[in-house]
Amino acid sequence: MNTIRKREELGCNVIRYVVDAPIIAAHRKPGQFVIIRVTDHSERIPLTIADANPDTGTISLIVQSVGKTTREMAMLKPGDAIHDIVGPLGRPTHIQQFGTVLCVGGGIGIAPLYPIAKGMKEAGNHVITILGARTRDLLILEDDMRSVSDEIIVTTDDGSYGTKGLVTDAIRSLVSGGTHIDQAVVIGPPLMMKFTSLLTKELGIPTMASLNPIMIDGTGMCGGCRVTVGGEVKFACVDGPEFDAHQVDWDSMIRRLGTYRTAEQAAAERYDHQCRVGLDAKESR
Amino acid sequence: MNAADRLKLPPVVMPEQEPAERIHNVREVPFGFTPEMALQEAQRCLHCTNQPCVKGCPVGVHIPDFIQAIESGDYLAGIGIIKQTNLLPAVCGRVCPQEDQCQKDCTVGKAHRDIGQAVQVGQLERFLADWERENHAAVIPQIPPTSGKRVAVIGSGPAGLTVAGDLIKLGHAVTVFEALHMPGGVLGYGIPEFRLPKEIVYQEVAYLTRLGVDFQYNTVIGKSLTVDEVRKDYDAVFIGSGAGLPNFLHIPGESLLGVYSANEYLTRANLMHAYNEDSDTPILRGKSVAVLGGGNVAMDSARTALRLGAHRVMVLYRRSEEEMPARKEEYHHAIQEGIEFHFLENPLEILGNDAGWVTGLTVQKMQLGEPDASGRRRPLPIPGQTSSVSADVVVVAIGNNPNPLIPAALPGLQMNKHGGIVTDEETMETSVPGVFAGGDIVLGAATVILAMGQGRQAARAIHAWLTRTTETAKG
Ligand SMILES: Cc1cc2nc3c(=O)[nH]c(=O)nc-3n(C[C@H](O)[C@H](O)[C@H](O)COP(=O)(O)OP(=O)(O)OC[C@H]3O[C@@H](n4cnc5c(N)ncnc54)[C@H](O)[C@@H]3O)c2cc1C
Ligand SMILES: Cc1cc2nc3c(=O)[nH]c(=O)nc-3n(C[C@H](O)[C@H](O)[C@H](O)COP(=O)(O)OP(=O)(O)OC[C@H]3O[C@@H](n4cnc5c(N)ncnc54)[C@H](O)[C@@H]3O)c2cc1C
Ligand code: SF4
Ligand code: SF4
Ligand code: FES
Repeated sequence: MNTIRKREELGCNVIRYVVDAPIIAAHRKPGQFVIIRVTDHSERIPLTIADANPDTGTISLIVQSVGKTTREMAMLKPGDAIHDIVGPLGRPTHIQQFGTVLCVGGGIGIAPLYPIAKGMKEAGNHVITILGARTRDLLILEDDMRSVSDEIIVTTDDGSYGTKGLVTDAIRSLVSGGTHIDQAVVIGPPLMMKFTSLLTKELGIPTMASLNPIMIDGTGMCGGCRVTVGGEVKFACVDGPEFDAHQVDWDSMIRRLGTYRTAEQAAAERYDHQCRVGLDAKESR
Repeated sequence: MNAADRLKLPPVVMPEQEPAERIHNVREVPFGFTPEMALQEAQRCLHCTNQPCVKGCPVGVHIPDFIQAIESGDYLAGIGIIKQTNLLPAVCGRVCPQEDQCQKDCTVGKAHRDIGQAVQVGQLERFLADWERENHAAVIPQIPPTSGKRVAVIGSGPAGLTVAGDLIKLGHAVTVFEALHMPGGVLGYGIPEFRLPKEIVYQEVAYLTRLGVDFQYNTVIGKSLTVDEVRKDYDAVFIGSGAGLPNFLHIPGESLLGVYSANEYLTRANLMHAYNEDSDTPILRGKSVAVLGGGNVAMDSARTALRLGAHRVMVLYRRSEEEMPARKEEYHHAIQEGIEFHFLENPLEILGNDAGWVTGLTVQKMQLGEPDASGRRRPLPIPGQTSSVSADVVVVAIGNNPNPLIPAALPGLQMNKHGGIVTDEETMETSVPGVFAGGDIVLGAATVILAMGQGRQAARAIHAWLTRTTETAKG
């Protein structure tokens, strides 16, 4: 049983869960993910393994409520169980002693970035982290990231916290200030990854990005997660999720993420409606 | 009844849902024989001494014997005869390509010079299996005392289920590891409900559970557990991980929105129940759907598209009707349902609009040339003859290759050039001692009955291997 041990709200619609999953906890490496089904009628959704403790047999998942399934998950409390969890899936991040590693995270992407930054730090790298958020309330895991970084810069679009601007502005000023970067890792909203990788390409910094296409099985069976990398079709669930950011066809990937937008909106509305109906019933009692 | 009288009996027509009705639901198309129909059909069998039907069946089901049991009304004996060689008759009766196997050389068909007149072996097999299931007549066999040996089976498709069933009955402990949240392999996620109700698959699995087989879902071997861990914990390993790697055409436009692999399309529809309007898993309900390919996978995709509300469904196949590998019954059903077949058309490019959505295809007109290595006439482009087809969903159903996960996780494993695992033909043992394999991971995309046949061979060899190691240990 994948029983939830802990539930913690990290900020606006972002929740950290600690869940029993002993086999996964013992085998996972940074960069890998799981696919879950919240209930026995839910959709299968991928979530990064944000952290794991092999001793307690638990993994942490950090989820942002964006649609029906993630909202359904947000309703779960300690003691509840997640119906299915399969993993660890995907290839682990290539972690080695690069020298100076720049970790760039945006939005919910900071969750998957954390175990990688931690791994990079443990491998003896000098870790510089840049975290970006639209506004202060949307920034998550700042303390966790701080604990595994040698330097940290926070940017917000509206200037409500840290430096006002985008992560790309922060990268530019780092580099023009004379910082040498051996390797960059970027995880965040697809547009942010696209622009970051365009910039690091221009600056000649090797960059890995962790892609988040729509997935079903996570075992290479459906091809739904296919992305074009260096002109070749790759399945992100088995060949990735990390790829050389400079080779990724970002526009195609971003487009494919929108395949079910209409259906997703409808599902979320149906779900909200059901929840409200449920609440009304309770209130009237 | 003498042979001449038997030969005069016409084939019993299988009652089916009307095409106009069935394209709006996912219920099974043929209803199955009533006992009267089964008796009539059984009476058509001549009980030939040379048994060409048995020779045509890859697992050698004792066909005349079970048909005789139907004729004498002893269904329990009949199903027992089938199950001596075929663990999943409810499945095989429905999905075997009988016209290429048991019914191909049936004497009755030959006598009428029409394979359509052959004794309907598959339907009779289905009849007995359904009778057994519906009457809860499945016999729980006497299981010998536990051998103390443990076997790991990777994958719960027909190959894995067969190995599990055979070995549990021999007293070995069996654990089946399945990557998905549901059992059955292609029987669960690929073949649609209207052709193989999932309830049948789940009941077969429930039967194995009653016999003591342990099913571990959501466990990807090579990821959740390494192959070495499994080898350490178990005395023997069977790999039945199937041919789940979808091929693409590698033509421009394959990453447009609305282009699916058949695996994705069918998995969404079947495994995730997207045919249900309020399923949490979405699927694009195209108005005009083009399916590329000509096998069972293409038929299943096309017929699924209709049931998802498409107004026009086209199957584009680069060879001609004659070379089409799909089961005849499926092809006929597809035609009845109004699916358009475009033969000798090869897609060159998938076209899209500015927003990245599919709008259609450019196709190349083909003609048949000399036979190729497979013995089928090779399709060749007719220069200058291209045309376009409009479609808002395209399903690529041009076949699957062996799933590379396990081979990648077990470096010592000898592979062939098609990505399949090399095994001993008799024992199904791989190049790694104690590790056996069978089904699509060995054969490449093949059939249910061949997968089961290899599973049975492997089970026999695994049993021998386990008992041999016991004796060695004792000695
Ligand atoms: C390898 C991988 C790791 C991931 N790790 C995490 C994680 O650690 N935490 C987390 O909160 N999310 C993560 N995601 C994204 C997560 O899977 C999606 O947010 C989730 O599937 C949305 O489901 P839903 O039904 O709630 O929303 P939907 O109704 O499906 O979608 C709602 C909105 O989210 C967008 N969306 C849908 N799928 C994705 C996606 N895969 N990526 C980005 N946006 C999407 C849609 O376009 C839509 O605008 C990861 C995705 C992948 C592929
Ligand atoms: C759409 C479609 C229609 C078909 N129609 C017919 C038909 O009408 N008649 C016919 O005879 N044949 C048909 N076939 C072919 C037939 O289904 C296959 O030949 C057969 O299922 C192969 O059985 P298998 O046990 O080898 O593998 P599969 O059925 O493919 O099962 C393999 C299982 O292993 C699991 N797995 C894979 N890797 C791992 C891992 N690393 N760890 C754990 N589990 C793993 C998979 O999830 C899967 O459940 C069809 C195939 C398809 C795709
Ligand atoms: S298993 Fe298949 S081929 Fe053999 S008798 Fe049954 S239907 Fe025919
Ligand atoms: S070949 Fe046909 S008629 Fe002869 S035994 Fe087999 S099923 Fe009966
Ligand atoms: S999610 Fe199906 S192949 Fe990657």
